[in-house]
Amino acid sequence: MIDLSAVDLARIQFAFTVSFHIIFPAITIGLASYLAVLEGLWLYTRKPVYITLCRFWMKIFAVNFAMGVVSGIVMAYQFGTNWSQFSNFAGAITGPLLSYEVMTAFFLEAGFLGVMLFGWKKVGERLHFASTILVAIGTLISMTWILASNSWMQTPQGYDIVDGRVVPLDWFEIIFNPSFPYRLVHMGLAAFLATALLVGASGAWHLLKGSHINVAKKMLSMAMWMLLISAPLQVLVGDLHGLNTLEHQPIKVAAMEAHWHEAKPGEGVPLVLFAWPDMEKEQNDFSIEIPNLASLILTHSMDGSIPPLTSVAPQDRPNVPVVFFSFRIMVALGMLMIVLALAALILRKTGKLYEKRWFLNFCIAMGPSGLIAMLAGWFVTEAGRQPWVVYGLQRTVDAGSPNSVTAMSLSLLAFVVVYVCVFGVGVRYMLALIAKGPAEDYSLEDDEHLNKRPARPLSAADGVEI
Amino acid sequence: MHFDLPTIWAFIIGFGLMMYVILDGFDLGIGLLFPFIKDKRERDIMVNSVAPVWDGNETWLVLGGAGLLAAFPMAYSVILSALYGPILLMLFGLILRGVAFEFRFKATESHRPVWDKLFFVGSLMATFSQGVAVGAVILGFQVENGEFAGGGLDWLSLFSLFTGFSLLFAYGLLGVTWLVIKTEHGLQKKMRVLIKPLTLLLATCMFIISIYTPMVNESVRDLWFNLSNIVYLAPLPILTAAFAFLLMGAAHSKDECRAFMCAVCMLFLGYLGLCVSLWPNIIPPGITIYQAAAPASSLRFTLVGVVLIVPVILIYTFWSYRVFRGKVVDTDGYH
Repeated sequence: MIDLSAVDLARIQFAFTVSFHIIFPAITIGLASYLAVLEGLWLYTRKPVYITLCRFWMKIFAVNFAMGVVSGIVMAYQFGTNWSQFSNFAGAITGPLLSYEVMTAFFLEAGFLGVMLFGWKKVGERLHFASTILVAIGTLISMTWILASNSWMQTPQGYDIVDGRVVPLDWFEIIFNPSFPYRLVHMGLAAFLATALLVGASGAWHLLKGSHINVAKKMLSMAMWMLLISAPLQVLVGDLHGLNTLEHQPIKVAAMEAHWHEAKPGEGVPLVLFAWPDMEKEQNDFSIEIPNLASLILTHSMDGSIPPLTSVAPQDRPNVPVVFFSFRIMVALGMLMIVLALAALILRKTGKLYEKRWFLNFCIAMGPSGLIAMLAGWFVTEAGRQPWVVYGLQRTVDAGSPNSVTAMSLSLLAFVVVYVCVFGVGVRYMLALIAKGPAEDYSLEDDEHLNKRPARPLSAADGVEI
Repeated sequence: MHFDLPTIWAFIIGFGLMMYVILDGFDLGIGLLFPFIKDKRERDIMVNSVAPVWDGNETWLVLGGAGLLAAFPMAYSVILSALYGPILLMLFGLILRGVAFEFRFKATESHRPVWDKLFFVGSLMATFSQGVAVGAVILGFQVENGEFAGGGLDWLSLFSLFTGFSLLFAYGLLGVTWLVIKTEHGLQKKMRVLIKPLTLLLATCMFIISIYTPMVNESVRDLWFNLSNIVYLAPLPILTAAFAFLLMGAAHSKDECRAFMCAVCMLFLGYLGLCVSLWPNIIPPGITIYQAAAPASSLRFTLVGVVLIVPVILIYTFWSYRVFRGKVVDTDGYH
């Protein structure tokens, strides 16, 4: 039996709840902007396909949003229940940032969400469009604050420590800390990519089934354009983010590359394609390497050196295999996304984008890849900054609450059961809604949900068979 | 000019929690009323009366949590670790309640009763645990060196269970009076009938809590049973009782908003009485707002946001309520 401490259990609980949570806001961020674009295109062109798509994805958005909200409340309280020493130590900085997120983003989203979802016939077209845009802006503001907070924990500055607690000195420095711009753009693109891949897979699925052809084509086409722009851009941003990490958290980069020992002068650091990093022996087993490539990527010179893992004591190193493999999963999926985007471009040029079955199947297979890559990326950055919770200032082992192992085990078990059941069913509802597809020949005027007429039983038409 | 920042922040957090209690109170109340209403169509109307606003209502709770972390990090860390059990129960309740809003409309006919049940169970868990938390805070926590030093079940007592039950009646009453405004015909009649018994139950609970609190808490006793204070404080219980009577009288009033307003006033006064009793402690029995406050630079920075943004939030929240004003007629405009 593995002997886990209360803090270990708190870490597992945090990793579990935050991983589940982040999926929903990522889709919320991407879909909210997508909905604003669709509604704008509809108002501009009056082509029915746009309003059909807009109403269709709005239903899915609503289910996803609810799951994001309720799993997010857990996060806001978990800092206190499980990480009270961290809250006490750093709350003077993370608390105000979180408060600003609530005030500038959560209320904005929540305030206009009702109008966006249920207000089609209660406010004018322009006001409705404005509401949709405000919801989308809210999601982006929310991401900005939470990444400012997370980035500050990774690359803290603008603070002083008085009586063992953080005291903010310069809020501009705190918010615009060194890693913030990179992390923000990287996460924003990840959300857009994840959503585009999901929308693209939905379009491809309907095309393969031969249902809802027109809207399915539009979905696939829009998604592939988005992918073509975002995926290569993400590689560039990721590279810049990596260089920033090398500057501020070099040991994280060493773990990403499984780089154990100082390279001999003039030798350069190889890029490890695959290996089994052994933390005990401080070396890689079964490694396949390309000489000098890591040097080239990270220092832009053939024999540039980067700090190795052994330059710090073993207790100051992160878990190397977790960081190493997560990083490889993220990068590999990113490369596949570019392949998909290029394949789409070539097929589009030859006019076969909607016909090639292998390509449509490829799209479906890649549907969840954006979310998986995003989770892998968060594992890299969060596992990679260990053993610190606030980098260089507070260790994770010193951040917990005085909870017993029993209490932590029980709560972890409860979270796993509730999340898997509730969100599992929610995701199934979302997938079932996607599979059902949009209404045929949809028009706002004929939508009896929106009309003042006495309604028929709701669920019969709205319910989905699963 | 000198600002007493911790006091200002105590008022801000007090205001945020009050907004939460009133707004999410009637949402949660609607969940609590589900067992009394079996008709599917009536249940849809009940849920639709809050569908466009519940998420905004719940956001006040997140503001309360985030504000507490920002302004009183020590209170946040102590109270939340001390209330581990009730907070967890509340979170699970809010999860079930929140997803049920969406899921019950998206589910197949066969799944629907399950989500209706979970909507009730979630509302019950969230309300009850919030009530338990209030009771536990009144009784206080053991704090050493700025950290919670008590046991994992310190929150559990007969009193905290009692406050848990009391809050069920409070939220139930808010839900009932809200539905008087938003519904008509049979459903409205059923709600009107519930007002009187619920008010009596709630008033009795509030009375017992007011008697019990000074008995167990010395500083509360000194505050309330002091001749110089009694003149200032006596209006609180008297007005609370007055609103309870007005509320019962408003049960069948033509003015459909009156009962809701009376219920809000009654709860507000009770809440105010509680705040007065605890002041200036933020972690009873001995940690004051000054001891738990964040550095001035944090309090100031966040205060700027509150002053500039919260009024705007109130304006557009009011606007969105106006957009959805009036009776919920069947299920028009929803889902």
